[in-house]
Amino acid sequence: MKTENQKAWFFVLPVLILVAFNALIPMMTVVNYSVQETFGDNVFFWQGLDWFQQILRSDRFHAALGRQFMFTFLILIIEIPLGIAIALSMPRKGFWVPVCLVLMALPMLIPWNVVGAMWNIFTLPDIGLLGYFLNHVLGINYDMTQDPVAAWVTIVTMDVWHWTSLVVLLAYAGLVSIPDAYYQAAKIDGASNWSVFRFIQLPKMKTVLTIAILLRFMDSFNIYTEPFVLTGGGPGNSTTLLSIDLVKIALGQFDLGPAAAMSLIYFAITLLVSWLFYTVMTKDDQT
Amino acid sequence: MAKITLSTLRHSYYPNPKSDSEYALKEVDLDWTDGGAYALLGPSGCGKSTLLNIISGLLVPSEGKILFDGKDVTHLPPDQRNIAQVFQFPVIYDTMTVYDNLAFPLRNRGRDEDTVRERVMAIAEMLEVTDMLNTRAAGLSPDNKQKISMGRGLVREDVNVVMFDEPLTVIDPHLKWKLRSKLKELHQRVKATMIYVTHDQTEALTFADQVVVMQLGEVVQIGTPVELFERPAHTFVGHFIGSPGMNILPCTLQNSVAMFGDQPVALEGPIHGSANGTTEIGVRPEFVSLSTAGLPATVTKVSDVGRHIVVECNAQGTKINAVIEGTPPAKGDAVHLQFRQDQTRLYVDGWLATTAQEAAA
Repeated sequence: MKTENQKAWFFVLPVLILVAFNALIPMMTVVNYSVQETFGDNVFFWQGLDWFQQILRSDRFHAALGRQFMFTFLILIIEIPLGIAIALSMPRKGFWVPVCLVLMALPMLIPWNVVGAMWNIFTLPDIGLLGYFLNHVLGINYDMTQDPVAAWVTIVTMDVWHWTSLVVLLAYAGLVSIPDAYYQAAKIDGASNWSVFRFIQLPKMKTVLTIAILLRFMDSFNIYTEPFVLTGGGPGNSTTLLSIDLVKIALGQFDLGPAAAMSLIYFAITLLVSWLFYTVMTKDDQT
Repeated sequence: MAKITLSTLRHSYYPNPKSDSEYALKEVDLDWTDGGAYALLGPSGCGKSTLLNIISGLLVPSEGKILFDGKDVTHLPPDQRNIAQVFQFPVIYDTMTVYDNLAFPLRNRGRDEDTVRERVMAIAEMLEVTDMLNTRAAGLSPDNKQKISMGRGLVREDVNVVMFDEPLTVIDPHLKWKLRSKLKELHQRVKATMIYVTHDQTEALTFADQVVVMQLGEVVQIGTPVELFERPAHTFVGHFIGSPGMNILPCTLQNSVAMFGDQPVALEGPIHGSANGTTEIGVRPEFVSLSTAGLPATVTKVSDVGRHIVVECNAQGTKINAVIEGTPPAKGDAVHLQFRQDQTRLYVDGWLATTAQEAAA
């Protein structure tokens, strides 16, 4: 047996310090707020776990959490299959490869609030290109400031437009790494297109798809800017996702204690789901 | 099982090939007899993989036809040709067990599970992988993976031909010979036609009954390993097969006598054809001996390769190797070289141009 060299920890130290300053220390202040009540002037009263109880029992939180899961579920169920389908139909070599890749990357390069503003204008019922077309050409009554369904359709469509590319690029990277011999062998073995997808392409894409789903889960679960700019959480509370609700509590009502408790619960849920998913997906690789 | 005929095949990867050099296959006419063990031997880029892919149906040739038992299959897709191919890198279906991997080609063709089980068990036993049948194929070592991909080819009854595209490239050296003898054994058991593509002469010569040597998109010689060694039809074959390869000496002809510089060299027999073009003498190092008389040369290098000694000499600026046994001369020694007459041949523009004199021997 080789003795293990513990010196490697020394090299991780700079990162640890960095993480401490940009994540751990700010988070400790949140922990600090979450167990106390303050009325300003740096006067704090010990509150224990009251805020956590209050948040976990609040209908408002349950509703926002439900909407959040619904949103994340919808965009994943659309973006992952759509991304795979687009990646499968992209050319593997030749002139069109860079063209496709650049076109695919474009939406991801646009800042979040710009995406929100773009879609806001795009869907305005009387002057927006899409809004005008739906209302005045197709005669569909579409106004996301009035209709919760229209608002949901719009934010989900916007997210699909913005982030499907990420899934496409990752899935495509997985696809191009498959050697030709696999396809040739499958042809000789008489495999159908579905079998090729099921037994060659999907297994080879598994790692990148795991990453894609994780990234899309975390990003969509924490989404704030785009729906905030697009709908502001309305109409009513219909598109008030967790982070929008959190900001309302923290900065709108200035309830720092409950907001801090909610942040920690929010963080714990994100972490737990990511961990569960990753553990399940990578389980058979170890055996 | 079938006899495979390649008729005036030409293939180019360019859409409109203009010159001969744009053809990956220049013109190939070949017959593969049913049940034969063939090797396709040649350096990288000589067109052997192209030829293989044309036979398997992964490529459609630019010109010419492929016949299986006289039936034209040129435009049939691979799965309808009933052929099998083993690739350079083992192709296995990672998510399946070894059993499912072997069963895959049969299930795709709609065989019932009883037949599948029977065939898979038989093949697994032949390949000695029965104990791995229920493990996931992803975790196997490269040589076992390659065995499984061979198995997927052999599992179908009556495959017309099994083709191997440099199948031992990723296998550890100590396992190579094992897998190679397994292949040979499999050939004797299943009696299918096998074509083995390689650039390694040892692999080709040990596996095959007939070796097809290719160079620059052309077949230069077809023969048994012994024929290729003893009577190379082209200087390329002489050079490519054998270690060290055949000695090639530039020469001139004076009244049908080959002259190396000012030294006449006795050939195996009369020269046929017009003999216009570049003339060269070819003689294998095994048939060059050191003597007290003959072609004067200087020893430039002596290497002991174990079983024998390779003496590298310089005669009039040309390098000549001699394989000898016994005490070697020292480097720098002046020696005389003798060529065994019945193994000394003349090549014109690379092609053999002398006829052996059987009566003389």
